[in-house]
Amino acid sequence: MDTSLLFDNAIVLLPEIVLAVGVMVLMMVDIGLMAEPENRTQRRKDAKAPREQNSAALLSGLTVVILLLSVGAALFIWSRPPAEYLGGAVSDGFALSARLIVLLAGIFGVLLSRNYLPAIERQSGAYYSLLILAVIGMMLMGTATNLIVLFIALEIFSLALYILSGFYRESARSIEAAMKYFLLGAFASAFFVYGSALLYGAGGSANYVRIHETLSSGGGNPSLVLPGIALLLVGFGFKVSLVPFHMWTPDVYQGAPTPVTAFMSVGTKAAAFAGFFRVMMTALPSLYDQWAVLLAVLAALTMTVGNLTALRQSSVKRMLAYSSVAHAGNILIALVAGTAAASSAALFYLFAYAFMNIGAFAVIVALERTGEGDVAQSRFDGIAERFPALAAAMAVFMLSLSGMPPLAGFFGKFLVFKAGVEAGWSWLVVIGVLNSAISAYYYLRVVVAMYFSDAESEPARNTGAGLNFSVTVAAVAVIVIGLQPGLWTGLLRGLGI
Amino acid sequence: MVATSSYLILGALIFAIGATGVLVRRNALIIFMCIEMMLNSVNLTLIALARQWGNLEGQIFVFMIMAVAAAEVAVGLAILIANVRHQQSINIDEINLLKW
Repeated sequence: MDTSLLFDNAIVLLPEIVLAVGVMVLMMVDIGLMAEPENRTQRRKDAKAPREQNSAALLSGLTVVILLLSVGAALFIWSRPPAEYLGGAVSDGFALSARLIVLLAGIFGVLLSRNYLPAIERQSGAYYSLLILAVIGMMLMGTATNLIVLFIALEIFSLALYILSGFYRESARSIEAAMKYFLLGAFASAFFVYGSALLYGAGGSANYVRIHETLSSGGGNPSLVLPGIALLLVGFGFKVSLVPFHMWTPDVYQGAPTPVTAFMSVGTKAAAFAGFFRVMMTALPSLYDQWAVLLAVLAALTMTVGNLTALRQSSVKRMLAYSSVAHAGNILIALVAGTAAASSAALFYLFAYAFMNIGAFAVIVALERTGEGDVAQSRFDGIAERFPALAAAMAVFMLSLSGMPPLAGFFGKFLVFKAGVEAGWSWLVVIGVLNSAISAYYYLRVVVAMYFSDAESEPARNTGAGLNFSVTVAAVAVIVIGLQPGLWTGLLRGLGI
Repeated sequence: MVATSSYLILGALIFAIGATGVLVRRNALIIFMCIEMMLNSVNLTLIALARQWGNLEGQIFVFMIMAVAAAEVAVGLAILIANVRHQQSINIDEINLLKW
């Protein structure tokens, strides 16, 4: 084989390459920072504190720079025509916008960790490296056009997230979350990879397009296709937390450090849905009639169970976990519809969801006490009097999550539901609309608690430039996307698969 | 030559045994071993299918799965050890701080 083939179109992977090089630089810098104090053992203990502060600031700053460079690389590729690399990765609009959503989640994750991390763990170099590695895996999910690449991408971000969710080692809850996530995640990956193996057996290739060609021409082993799809669904269902594969979601969201939860909830969802859409719509469109019905049932179940369970949660993190299950059901409607318009609607939904969900978790970070790892609903009682700006931002996020016009969440739901109706899935959309009505109850409960309850005690508030910046940017973005949806839908139009 | 379908059935059986083990056993280490068994049954399936199709993609996939399984062991055992430090046990019935 001609080796020059290896470098043809390698630019497709430029954003990932930038991040991979960045991780190495970051780890080197971390080692350099750790080695330094040992040279001067005379240094007094109390003088060490500001030094650690400085190195944490340096590492988080460097991480943001690396992620921004990757954003630049993604935008650079966007200006060029779509290309494919060795039948394994592609740089079309869908892949690029999924990448940008993941990078957005990563940058917010770093900003939220900036002041949170030093309180729980001093190894911030490892933390930020793992976060970037998770971003690499997530970005590859939407880019992959090959089952092998897809599996590797899934495992890269899963393994990084297992460690990140257990990063608060002193907390039994954090370790327990990591343990549950790991055991269930590895179990689900086994199903996922078995499904990929059977699809490879059915289509004779790991490449999506070639699988589609073999299957639609009636060749291959048709008897392996349906078991393959079913097993693949288990794997994806676990990652995007569809009912009945959602049992890990609340536990992990609650136990993991809150910035990790914020990053994970948005990043995993965007990445896994991007991979899910691409497999179903490029490798298996010839079997649409079979899988669409199955997914429609899963979507209806996911929305209903997610919303009904969220109603009775007393922990805000758990409530948001079940709400994310319900949102996965909404996005799944777009995949059931299976049109190009539906997949760009799903991208818009994920884009809006990134801002509103990370914003909500950022407010939780602001109200959390160190080492608590969980915020009860009562913490929000009466905070509007003490912190009016924070309460207003939280109200914006909650209203947007419930789908109240004219905020970003409304247009996400509107576009997905519209695509569902146009593809003839009216009954599913009706269930979705009814579920939105249910969900308004538990989102509004937080708003009511903030504005109409008496404060329980002296509430504390964490501050920090990164935190305040994230809350502000997310709130402004939710409002602006809501007021000017045309700007963004125009940008995302034609990006479907 | 043994037919591909025999290998596929053997692979499915091993996968089912592993999956049952994950659901039935209570020791986290044994569960972990069962997951490894599931991955290896997939490897067997892939090799058989690669032979049937006569291309190398299935075999490459197997190497990737082996590498991922090794990484998974490293991460998984570290998490298990961290958990034992808190719980003094690897029985998953005792992992119950977070619920409902």
